[in-house]
Amino acid sequence: MKRFFDRLILIDRRVIFLFISLSVIVPLLVKVELPLEVTPEVRRVYELVESLPDGSRILIPCEYAPDVMAEMEPMLYAILRQCYRKNLKVIVTALYPTGVNLIEKELRYMADQMGKKYAEDYVYLGYRPYPAAVILSMGQDFRQSFAVDFYGTPLDSLPMMKGVKNYKDVGLVLTVNATGGTEYWIIYGRERYNFPLAIGVTAVMGADYYNYLKTGQIVGIIPGLKGAAEYEKLIDQPGEAVRGMNIQSIVHLLIVIFVLVGNVGFFLSGQYKKKK
Amino acid sequence: MRRQLPLAITFITAFTLAVQYFIPHRTFEILYEVSQVWLQIVGAFAMVLGIVSLWQLHWGKARGRKPGWGYSIVTLVCLTAMIVFGFTGPTKLGEVGPGEWIGPFNWSYDNVLSPLSATMFALLAYFIASAAYRAFRARTALATILLLSAVIVMLGRVPLGDVISFGLFSKVANWLLYVPNVAAKRAIVIGVGLGVAAMSLKVMLGIERSYMGGE
Repeated sequence: MKRFFDRLILIDRRVIFLFISLSVIVPLLVKVELPLEVTPEVRRVYELVESLPDGSRILIPCEYAPDVMAEMEPMLYAILRQCYRKNLKVIVTALYPTGVNLIEKELRYMADQMGKKYAEDYVYLGYRPYPAAVILSMGQDFRQSFAVDFYGTPLDSLPMMKGVKNYKDVGLVLTVNATGGTEYWIIYGRERYNFPLAIGVTAVMGADYYNYLKTGQIVGIIPGLKGAAEYEKLIDQPGEAVRGMNIQSIVHLLIVIFVLVGNVGFFLSGQYKKKK
Repeated sequence: MRRQLPLAITFITAFTLAVQYFIPHRTFEILYEVSQVWLQIVGAFAMVLGIVSLWQLHWGKARGRKPGWGYSIVTLVCLTAMIVFGFTGPTKLGEVGPGEWIGPFNWSYDNVLSPLSATMFALLAYFIASAAYRAFRARTALATILLLSAVIVMLGRVPLGDVISFGLFSKVANWLLYVPNVAAKRAIVIGVGLGVAAMSLKVMLGIERSYMGGE
């Protein structure tokens, strides 16, 4: 029996890798519908976007790179779908250098899907260095940092940007962010210029921002793929995030099982006493 | 003079920008706007400095055939190629619109950078699983609390956790996020805030001078 418990703490890493691979592949092939509850922090973001009058402007600063695309892309798509359905005018910036092209592609894809036109329904301002300075300067005038859009067109030549000067002219700032820049939007943006701010972040970052939620400095959080899946549920269009949650469910459960197995082996094989 | 001038610039700039926050006058607003432009220009130069520093580091490594010098050559080749692609792309500002932004720069981004970074990040799942199995042990009371919290949050943040616990895990996970997590985070944020304020004062008053090199 002791040998069995000894083996429990000596599982080869390749076996673990195999199980992880299977737990990713199998839920892709088998369609399972797991119940998904919408949390209040995600619902608040949805309701705030929903409460904006048709035709008003929303600023969506997107700061992420391809490494976290699996989490952030479904989130951005769900938000854009809701905005376009409500005919909101979307202004997008990308203050993270390696995400600039990715976001341009995603914006184009969603605009094609929803039949939206550039410069009339959405505008892409692109990248400028030093996010904190850009956020501060946009509070004075968007043109201070972005005299031209991503494609080099002066902002005043874009029909959608006429009459848009600074944060006062947008109904909400909703940053889809996988960087430390999220804090810049809270500290330098929201605190200085007092605009309503919501954030969509990766799951690992989520826990860092609940304190800002409780103080009212942000109106809501969309945390990681789960937040994106909840958002898809709210807009009644399940997509990649809902599918991804099934995979994440199995992988989380598997990791917990491995941790429990490791601990059972640790205690029952006598390793615990040796370490003591 | 080499020491006094940077100290004077630091003091005047920091003091003016700190004071302008509390004076809602047009003169100070203009000053603030100008400072934002300056900040971005300085930020752009910092990027140039970073590129030069990166080049020097890897060039030295490659020339000296130090361990891993091959990777340094790959870094330098990719760095140079992307800069060249960026400057010599087939598009000119103002002449393109959505969907027309093509060229070797975009090709490299879509077909090299994107898949590589996504793959690297995806591999984390394997290593996290393996590391959690090996290292997550309930050796002490504190480690046991951490382990239990981690298990509850991991299961409470996925739909399957709710199914197997009849909704209990998500309730406990939310409580952990909203109460102990927020309490700890607030303590950290307040501590960091006070630290930043103290450090800023030290820099402004010339007590902390390590940014000038040496000391």
